[in-house]
Amino acid sequence: METLEQIKLRLEAALPLTKLDIVPNECPAGDRSLLVDAASGFAAAKFLRDDALLKLDYCSNVTGIDWPEKEITEKIKVKKTVDGVEKEVEEVKKTLRPGFLEAVYHLYSMELKHGPVVLRLRTANRTDRTRLPSLTPLWRGAEFQEREIYDLYGVIFEGHPDLRRILMWDNFVGFPMRRDYVSPDDFEYEPTPHDEVLTEAKKHYPAEPKAEVKP
Amino acid sequence: MSALAEMPPKNFEVTPKLDAQGEPMGELLEVSMGPHHPSTHGVFRMDVVLDGEEVVKLKPVFGYLHRNHEKIGENISYLATMPYTDRLDYFCSMTNNWGYALTIEKLAGLGVPERAEYIRVIMAELTRLQNHTCLIGFFVQDMGALGTPMMYAFREREKILDLFESVSGARMMCNYMRFGGVRVDVNDAWLAQAKKVTDEYSFFLDEFEKFLTANEILLARTQFVGVLPKALAVSAAITGPMLRAAGVNYDLRKVDKYGIYSRFDFRVPVGEHGDIYDRYMVRVLEMRESIKILQQALRDIPAGPVMDPKAKLRGFRPKAGEVYGRVEGPKGELGFYVISDGSPNPYRYRVRPPSFINLTILEDMCLGHKISDAVVILGSVDIVLGEVDR
Repeated sequence: METLEQIKLRLEAALPLTKLDIVPNECPAGDRSLLVDAASGFAAAKFLRDDALLKLDYCSNVTGIDWPEKEITEKIKVKKTVDGVEKEVEEVKKTLRPGFLEAVYHLYSMELKHGPVVLRLRTANRTDRTRLPSLTPLWRGAEFQEREIYDLYGVIFEGHPDLRRILMWDNFVGFPMRRDYVSPDDFEYEPTPHDEVLTEAKKHYPAEPKAEVKP
Repeated sequence: MSALAEMPPKNFEVTPKLDAQGEPMGELLEVSMGPHHPSTHGVFRMDVVLDGEEVVKLKPVFGYLHRNHEKIGENISYLATMPYTDRLDYFCSMTNNWGYALTIEKLAGLGVPERAEYIRVIMAELTRLQNHTCLIGFFVQDMGALGTPMMYAFREREKILDLFESVSGARMMCNYMRFGGVRVDVNDAWLAQAKKVTDEYSFFLDEFEKFLTANEILLARTQFVGVLPKALAVSAAITGPMLRAAGVNYDLRKVDKYGIYSRFDFRVPVGEHGDIYDRYMVRVLEMRESIKILQQALRDIPAGPVMDPKAKLRGFRPKAGEVYGRVEGPKGELGFYVISDGSPNPYRYRVRPPSFINLTILEDMCLGHKISDAVVILGSVDIVLGEVDR
């Protein structure tokens, strides 16, 4: 199979408006991945599927990943004049990496028996702009997996034929696979609470009114 | 395959059939099958809309066994997830262990000693044997052959589970593999017993096939029922015996050649029509190939250590990076996707469950068939809800 650089070059030639990046992988045995901007994600995926040299007809694995906001601290050497003497001083530079959600597609070819090409799509942020193009129209195998990402991470896949919650129940609120998700302490309301469930549940009740003392 | 048209939006509105005058012939009946229906192999539900006896719409509903396995895996150490992988597909804990161990070995750059590789192959193929045998027993039971074939299947499965128990201490939740090898070595008596079970298995398969393969009822219920076209199977990421029954020669043991599978002489059975009968036949033939692999592995197994000396059980912290590892489980491609950030537990841990994804095309296979066929079609998909719901 071609290297990721070659694929990237051909993709850039075929779709000139696509913004592409190669995401490095620090693990030597792992695969590097191709980061495509969300707007042209569908076109790029279609190219990968239909290209005669690649024929990535099999979308094996679709995963969501949550990357919350992170403060990245870097140590930089800065030249400063202290008391008239120029010195090299180490300074800690803090940058805030904005959070985003990511969908990762592992693409293989069943016909040519090669792969994987790892495709990544990123949302603009984690709160209100969590839309990505759905690749289910290209690979039917992504249908349930994209539903799962919607269910557990809250990525909205545009163009998905049937985007509903799949593992959690329909009126569930929240996205449990996000890093900052805090599970409520009573998931299940019990009509007859007892023992530790009762003591736990009592925290949520208003304090009982004191019984009036009658003479 | 790449010429496959893009999927149109699904038609959610279904209406009853019309007669010659354009009047609806009857009413649609909505049935909620499950989650406690005995034929759904666990807590699985199908929302079926019926026109008479014919399925016109089917939506699988699951998640009753959901425990967020992936979130649990992200909050515990790498090794602590190993026993949890047993509970994914509780019929095939050995292959689950192998898939997870293989991924982490790839991530951490660990090797596996020769003897351990052989033991892993033996365990994986024994698992495949018992999984396929039981599946056939279950789905024949779904067709109405109550008890007998399933009891035959379970009798054989028990022999294999005895082998698992004597080596790992547990029949089903084996927790046997470790990063860089296996937990305990097998002794000569165990190998002799495994050889005995393997050799006897082909006689059992002969007997099993004598009752089933040319059985009139089985032929009538399975041939040209639940046909899965080749292009749809590839597009829908179907893997395992279902894919090969549809006529695609794609077996990870041949494609990826993980472990030491390149050393064994075996063939990949491929179906022709993609119907239920092909899925049954592919599984039977696959079991015969598994027996071949087992005989070669039991003959060639060398002596030596079973753990990589570099492997650490405590304080295991692989370097940062991400990796996707996959094995050919009895149900299909079992994949693990792990991202490490250098801490003792993974940043992201994802399981690619084969039976979850194989359910994608359940509706497409069932449309136009009778409701009783839907039960058999579901049986032939081979699902285990521990894995579907995770």
